[in-house]
Amino acid sequence: MLRKTFQGGVHPADGKEFARNIPYRVYLPKGDLVFPLNQHIGKPARPVVQKGDLVLTGQLLAEADGFVSANIVSSCSGKVKAVENRKTVAGPSVPCIVVENDGNYTLAEGIGTENDATNLTSQEILEKIKAAGIIGLGGAGFPTHVKLAPKNPREIEYVIANGAECEPYITCDDQLMRTKGSEIVEGLKIMLRLFPNAGGVILIEENKPEAIKAMEQACAGQEKIHIRAVHTKYPQGGERSVISVIAGKHLKLGMLPADAGCVVDNVATVHAIYRAVCKSEPVMERGFTVSGDGVKSPCNLMVRIGTSFAEVLEEAGGIREGVKARKMLCGGPMMGIALVSPDVPICKNNNALTVLTTDPVEEAEKTRTACLRCGRCNQVCPLGLTPQMMAVAAEKKNYERYEKKLYGLECIACGSCTYICPAKRPLMQLFKQAKAEIMAAKRR
Amino acid sequence: MQGIVIATLIVGVIGLLIGAALVAAGKKFYVEVDEREALVRECLPGNNCGGCGQAGCDAAAAAIVNGEAEVNVCPVCNEKAIQEISAIMGVDGVQTVKKRAFVRCAGTCEKTSVKCNYVGIRDCRSAVMSGLPVWECDYGCLGFGSCVEACAFDAIHVRDGAAVVDPDKCTGCGRCASVCPKNLIELLPGDAKAAVACSSKARGPEVKKACSAGCIGCKLCTKQCEAEAIQVENNLAGIDYDKCVGCEKCMEKCPAKAIVRP
Repeated sequence: MLRKTFQGGVHPADGKEFARNIPYRVYLPKGDLVFPLNQHIGKPARPVVQKGDLVLTGQLLAEADGFVSANIVSSCSGKVKAVENRKTVAGPSVPCIVVENDGNYTLAEGIGTENDATNLTSQEILEKIKAAGIIGLGGAGFPTHVKLAPKNPREIEYVIANGAECEPYITCDDQLMRTKGSEIVEGLKIMLRLFPNAGGVILIEENKPEAIKAMEQACAGQEKIHIRAVHTKYPQGGERSVISVIAGKHLKLGMLPADAGCVVDNVATVHAIYRAVCKSEPVMERGFTVSGDGVKSPCNLMVRIGTSFAEVLEEAGGIREGVKARKMLCGGPMMGIALVSPDVPICKNNNALTVLTTDPVEEAEKTRTACLRCGRCNQVCPLGLTPQMMAVAAEKKNYERYEKKLYGLECIACGSCTYICPAKRPLMQLFKQAKAEIMAAKRR
Repeated sequence: MQGIVIATLIVGVIGLLIGAALVAAGKKFYVEVDEREALVRECLPGNNCGGCGQAGCDAAAAAIVNGEAEVNVCPVCNEKAIQEISAIMGVDGVQTVKKRAFVRCAGTCEKTSVKCNYVGIRDCRSAVMSGLPVWECDYGCLGFGSCVEACAFDAIHVRDGAAVVDPDKCTGCGRCASVCPKNLIELLPGDAKAAVACSSKARGPEVKKACSAGCIGCKLCTKQCEAEAIQVENNLAGIDYDKCVGCEKCMEKCPAKAIVRP
């Protein structure tokens, strides 16, 4: 029997009703576009343009610096206004390329030409993916050309397109699967060419029946590609949860998905691979959800990379009248990053803006007590860790115990423990800090 | 009667044998300990603060005796203790430079204001990791007191949202400096006469908007200084403590009063 879910997890209110049935609208930004050089995991890209240069849509702005790094292309045409430090979602100012948008979106040469992917070699496919600057569009931002080049491609059993979209409020992948199903299947077929012994799996949570139907139609007649509808539970979309459902394997400390014979990519990434290989289009735009009870008209947009959050919020009608927006998040409420101001650019791996009229964190602060030792965090941890004991070790700064005895570095910071905790302990923040301090000590 | 005699004999013989074995083992496994190590350890303060870079005062004493560390490695020891250690080790003419911590930020609640409502863990490092700008100034003291927790001498406290060092209690071990995520705490030479209480590298107008006690990089101090001890780099004044004569003209001229007597 096929497995339907993983061990642990929580069922937060999903809030998907706000935007799930609203089809994509293309939004072309009016203001300047900002491209942070460190949108991906790895070394920041190296700029290849200077202040005053004229750039076209799809032209390379910064190239990958080293193996684990990614190209960044312009998503509008215009003049490079500056290469300077700007604020980003994560907080601190980082070097960014600012392009003054001329509003014409003149395409650079060669962008959008159709290609036949069937006679490309693996190497050529990987080069096209690298040139297009594709990174994990689901949120992690790991360069895709690195992920798709494991040591032994013949040992890969499953190539998984992850359409779980377990994060509450976000619906952009749902809409992508409903409208661009056949293109996702084409993208997955291109990926399968890299792994001769692998089968393709598209994983979707059961709360998206329309997407499941659309994808089933799109891959009718494909022998190597299957759809797997799984139970709706957070964090189903996490890489390790996906692998435990599809391959039935639990990754141990330090193991990569390739070690379990899996390659997992978000459906948006798979779609970007199709566009890069078959249409010669680099990552210039992405699906983006503006949602939450504080937004006037929640919607799904096709936005250009580099657009400011303020602009897309305006496109969604702004803040609903008569309410006060208490919390603005880049991403969803479980793993999203709080924004102090919406004047920051959308990066390749940002998939949503959520505006809430309540601030659960602030309310949790008021009712916080000492740990009750109820053990619910241990039950919901999708990795089988013991957050209750990890929290004690992290609070006492007993990092040796945290790392060696409790395997605290395995934590993926999904926030399930913090969500379920009746004592409202700030568990995820403790773990994030402990991880950062242990990693810093290791680098020293 | 006979039983008692036998028992006494057996116990006595076993006792003698074990005693002999212990004496033999003690001779065989004797570890030579430098008696200077105990003497040096006597001179060290015994706080085990770790300011010297060793695991504690015992480890520091061993390192000094083995020649792995200088005799003045302990930043906490006063001059007399250093002289005693030099005498034990037979080293002459050791200079002691007493250091003390200084927080390069004067952004108290009345000088700057809170920008966002941070409700997470009350720890500076957690606040920095959250990426939220807690105060208007990006460079300044967060005031959650990671340094207070680190200090073994009760010499640093948060007052009105910014950390302040008590110069009488500070021993200059540098533990607070190593935990400050904003790198605000500097170890000054003990006789420093002036110091800049700001770390903002932002441009003047931005600093002015964020904090009324911030260095705006106007260079008035550089022009005033006759000893040429102040240089402005990255919009921030820096003092060369060797050159500074303590005339305090810079303090009078500084529009933000960002240069202070430490």
